[in-house]
Amino acid sequence: MYTKFTLLFPLQKMIHSLFLINCSGDIFLEKHWKSVVSQSVCDYFFEAQEKAVDVENVPPVISTPHHYLISIYRDKLFFVSVIQTEVPPLFVIEFLHRVADTFQDYFGECSEAAIKDNVVIVYELLEEMLDNGFPLATESNILKELIKPPTILRSVVNSITDYEGSSNVGDTLPTGQLSNIPWRRAGVKYTNNEAYFDVVEEIDAIIDKSGSTVFAEIQGVIDACIKLSGMPDLSLSFMNPRLLDDVSFHPCIRFKRWESERVLSFIPPDGNFRLISYRVSSQNLVAIPVYVKHSISFKENSSCGRFDITIGPKQNMGKTIEGITVTVHMPKVVLNMNLTPTQGSYTFDPVTKVLTWDVGKITPQKLPSLKGLVNLQSGAPKPEENPSLNIQFKIQQLAISGLKVNRLDMYGEKYKPFKGVKYVTKAGKFQVRT
Amino acid sequence: MTDSKYFTTTKKGEIFELKAELNSDKKEKKKEAVKKVIASMTVGKDVSALFPDVVNCMQTDNLELKKLVYLYLMNYAKSQPDMAIMAVNTFVKDCEDPNPLIRALAVRTMGCIRVDKITEYLCEPLRKCLKDEDPYVRKTAAVCVAKLHDINAQLVEDQGFLDTLKDLISDSNPMVVANAVAALSEIAESHPSSNLLDLNPQSINKLLTALNECTEWGQIFILDCLANYTPKDDREAQSICERVTPRLSHANSAVVLSAVKVLMKFMEMLSKDLDYYGTLLKKLAPPLVTLLSAEPELQYVALRNINLIVQKRPEILKHEMKVFFVKYNDPIYVKLEKLDIMIRLASQANIAQVLAELKEYATEVDVDFVRKAVRAIGRCAIKVEQSAERCVSTLLDLIQTKVNYVVQEAIVVIKDIFRKYPNKYESVIATLCENLDSLDEPEARAAMIWIVGEYAERIDNADELLESFLEGFHDESTQVQLQLLTAIVKLFLKKPTETQELVQQVLSLATQDSDNPDLRDRGYIYWRLLSTDPVAAKEVVLAEKPLISEETDLIEPTLLDELICYIGTLASVYHKPPSAFVEGGRGVVHKSLPPRTASSESTESPEMAPAGAPPGEQLDVIPTQGDLLGDLLNLDLGPPVSGPPLATSSVQMGAVDLLGGGLDSLIGAPNFVAPPAATVPANLGAPMGSGLSDLFDLTSGVGTLSGSYVAPKAVWLPAMKAKGLEISGTFTRQVGSISMDLQLTNKALQVMTDFAIQFNRNSFGLAPAAPLQVHAPLSPNQTVEISLPLNTVGSVMKMEPLNNLQVAVKNNIDVFYFSTLYPLHILFVEDGKMGES
Repeated sequence: MYTKFTLLFPLQKMIHSLFLINCSGDIFLEKHWKSVVSQSVCDYFFEAQEKAVDVENVPPVISTPHHYLISIYRDKLFFVSVIQTEVPPLFVIEFLHRVADTFQDYFGECSEAAIKDNVVIVYELLEEMLDNGFPLATESNILKELIKPPTILRSVVNSITDYEGSSNVGDTLPTGQLSNIPWRRAGVKYTNNEAYFDVVEEIDAIIDKSGSTVFAEIQGVIDACIKLSGMPDLSLSFMNPRLLDDVSFHPCIRFKRWESERVLSFIPPDGNFRLISYRVSSQNLVAIPVYVKHSISFKENSSCGRFDITIGPKQNMGKTIEGITVTVHMPKVVLNMNLTPTQGSYTFDPVTKVLTWDVGKITPQKLPSLKGLVNLQSGAPKPEENPSLNIQFKIQQLAISGLKVNRLDMYGEKYKPFKGVKYVTKAGKFQVRT
Repeated sequence: MTDSKYFTTTKKGEIFELKAELNSDKKEKKKEAVKKVIASMTVGKDVSALFPDVVNCMQTDNLELKKLVYLYLMNYAKSQPDMAIMAVNTFVKDCEDPNPLIRALAVRTMGCIRVDKITEYLCEPLRKCLKDEDPYVRKTAAVCVAKLHDINAQLVEDQGFLDTLKDLISDSNPMVVANAVAALSEIAESHPSSNLLDLNPQSINKLLTALNECTEWGQIFILDCLANYTPKDDREAQSICERVTPRLSHANSAVVLSAVKVLMKFMEMLSKDLDYYGTLLKKLAPPLVTLLSAEPELQYVALRNINLIVQKRPEILKHEMKVFFVKYNDPIYVKLEKLDIMIRLASQANIAQVLAELKEYATEVDVDFVRKAVRAIGRCAIKVEQSAERCVSTLLDLIQTKVNYVVQEAIVVIKDIFRKYPNKYESVIATLCENLDSLDEPEARAAMIWIVGEYAERIDNADELLESFLEGFHDESTQVQLQLLTAIVKLFLKKPTETQELVQQVLSLATQDSDNPDLRDRGYIYWRLLSTDPVAAKEVVLAEKPLISEETDLIEPTLLDELICYIGTLASVYHKPPSAFVEGGRGVVHKSLPPRTASSESTESPEMAPAGAPPGEQLDVIPTQGDLLGDLLNLDLGPPVSGPPLATSSVQMGAVDLLGGGLDSLIGAPNFVAPPAATVPANLGAPMGSGLSDLFDLTSGVGTLSGSYVAPKAVWLPAMKAKGLEISGTFTRQVGSISMDLQLTNKALQVMTDFAIQFNRNSFGLAPAAPLQVHAPLSPNQTVEISLPLNTVGSVMKMEPLNNLQVAVKNNIDVFYFSTLYPLHILFVEDGKMGES
């Protein structure tokens, strides 16, 4: 006995319209998949934007009397979609990010200028990506066969000749579109066959005043750049796959092989793509590569304070820590800062109250420090709390979690590819409270 | 050269110039011109005047040009239906093209042109495309059926497209299956009663197979469809869960959340003793945490859903507290959500860490966030008893900062702590009283007054303090006034000798000088109590108050269960059932979690029956609205009270299930005996009521049909069709007179005036008995409600259907027409006989 169950969920017809809005509030592109919705619907968005003060704080889901506006903020642009019925908002947000990724991929940047310069391609892309609210083709490989990305050569040809055959549009059905591996097209050919993997790990951490770790985790990704002819079938294995217990896979990865053998087995898309992303959580003891000694104080009833920070290496596995930048949002009452760095240079923006110290790399012999005086607005009460320090750094040749690629094997093709793996560790959201 | 050149046209004669270019002989020039037209479209310029010229470019071998023309057509065909017909031939021809890309493009575009005349021509090509040899064409055609259904549902049914679509669920290509599922789901939405996708073990199996092979978007459609299936027993539920779990590792967060929905729902059917149940719980945590490392917008939606999940199954994320710690550069909407979840996860084991974090947050810059952090400290104290003392001292530290809004927020939560732990922390009252003057928010003032009244016997100068508030009595908000009244009465009952004058004063202020009925009523009740029976007054006013509940602001369990079924949707973001906010709300039916059914007939224990909260974790969730009894006990401010430990949730579930007919094991179970009547109103009134409301709705609908049954207002004239004027309405009959209740909304940007209405001749001679009276001009975004009296003395003409009424409405902009069906009962007189007709 089974229950007959009628489908009752209002779900599809997801994106009715899309508006692209720049930071000064101009709507510079609109696309409607069903009927035309008036631009005035964006007024609700502008209202929310005004209320949020900061662009980053505009809530992603806004309800209006007749629509929902779901938006993302990417590269100083708002992608605002208009929704009329119940839809899964994540679906919409994921899709919008995919649209932004595609623009980035096609035009090298996702900016107002780039979009305006290529408005026809943009329109063709949007039409190809969504039909009646159903995503149609979002894989970059397929899109590129349907609509060719602009190249310098082609635009030159287009402009100097009246050559009739020049077209942005492919006129055959993309081969990958319907196969079981929609992410790869057939007939790929390279003279040099190469496969590169970048293991990139970012440390997210909150360090408290005393230097102990409140929270730390590693967000890792393996980005691949695969330029291999034909239909290569790859397997990538690790020295220590146990580290990867929380992983998100590119659809090309065979999940069963991973479950049973802890090997990543896949037929790769052509070109650049993210193979996996993973998280190593605090339970596994995340190493913290830098420490900060700090002393920031504001005197009661006086218009000055002291600022003194020093950065040193901690658990860096013998590698150099470089590209260090410290960013501090100083309290509002700070008028100016008079500091001396032992290395690098600093700037303080008295309007935004942001202090940026570009440190460079740490040499253990002489630890970089920045100290000096803080000028406060006279008469104002001293700040309640010391500011948090936001730290950026980079360590080449190291995956801080200890993840190591063991080997890459290729099946299905006869040639010998060139293989390479690179490791890098960076600071993600790395904050030190003072 | 880039496309930006298309934007630079001379202002003068722009359209004229484009027209000339579109009709140029040179193909390349034509294409450039169409590109310019498209560029204008992208910025919202009206280029519909070029329709015939653009359509003329359609017959071309150049695919790009063809695509561009199609893009144009989709935007403007609606406004130029007669012209659009010109395109039909090309469409039909393109549907026969040897290139599958062109066949698909044609059928896809045709479906987007919402012009009736075109849809007739669409049927034959569509039928062919649904059976096309190329899966790309079939998949596009499947979506097209949904589009066509939206334009003309009857046509789709008559042509048998629905059956073809159902067949496509068994297609060999997973992408076709996914699109067929998506299309059927969309169609089913507008036809709640139809049985389009009867899910059974066989079709479920097909979907699960397709799930592994189709694109990420298709996976979402399939997972959402699976979530609507009710497995026949726990074994089937488990096997579906096993096949869905790999989706938790997908890179697309929408796939992950849809998979979580299926698992959360089907888990309900699994026994907790099962090993698999524990495994599943463990598997759910990592993907949820991973969602938090995505872009902030995704995080926000994920957090709203996690909020539901931790309420339903707190065990999933109990060890993951730290991932919810706030980073200072998180957007504010993420911060607030994280904070909420932190409190839900707070327990004795992690409370020290949580408190340290909260204290850190309470000194941040953003005011909203700081307030919520302070409040969170109070909630921790109430939730985790062992931490109460530490919370109170943290709050006192914060009060010492003297930051105004922090102090006020702290006082509000300390009042709640007093309510939870009476006679424990009174030592802090002195510190609180020091800050009396700085309180300017009603909630904080009311909280402070409550504290003074409640502990009047221990505060030497309580009378002075309360008197100081009394001076500006009329300027206070109602909340403060009510609280002040009660506090002074309490003070009087505790120290009758010194405060007689004060109580007289407040009673007269409340009863004689106030316009507020609540305040007056309460004043009179106190007055009479005090004057007739002071002992009784003492018993009522100083009665021992029930402690406040452990968890405030939990979502009411039946609603929570419904929302779990809607994980990943807008409903889950707003924490409201879709019926509450989706416009039109057509066909929205309450979903409920599946009851647990064991595959073997044995092991049926009564505890297993309710689908709601598991035994031992009963949650008392009480409406915040105070009732009269609550008023007198002065429980009206702050969080709800917890009554006697009643199994609120199971009672409701019982009620719902009884209605649904899923009785068997439930009736016998002792849990479902209704609580003694006396305890019901205090804390069960509202949830019970809502649980039964469906039943009441039904009866009221049936019972009053002959009299004044009024159908809800329906939109008769959408704003899109009437240049911004939206009309919705219904018909009523009251005491012999018929009227048409209209709601006019101006959605345009200009003011509307000069309204008038006219009916076409109709079967019963319905006609307006008075002109349409809209007294003032209707400004943008304004809505007016009008009741238009009708009579039946107009001219008669038989209509098809019989109760069809054609209406014309005029305003200063234009004349608009719509037709509607009126319920025949409005013509009947109340005594059950036919009225004059």
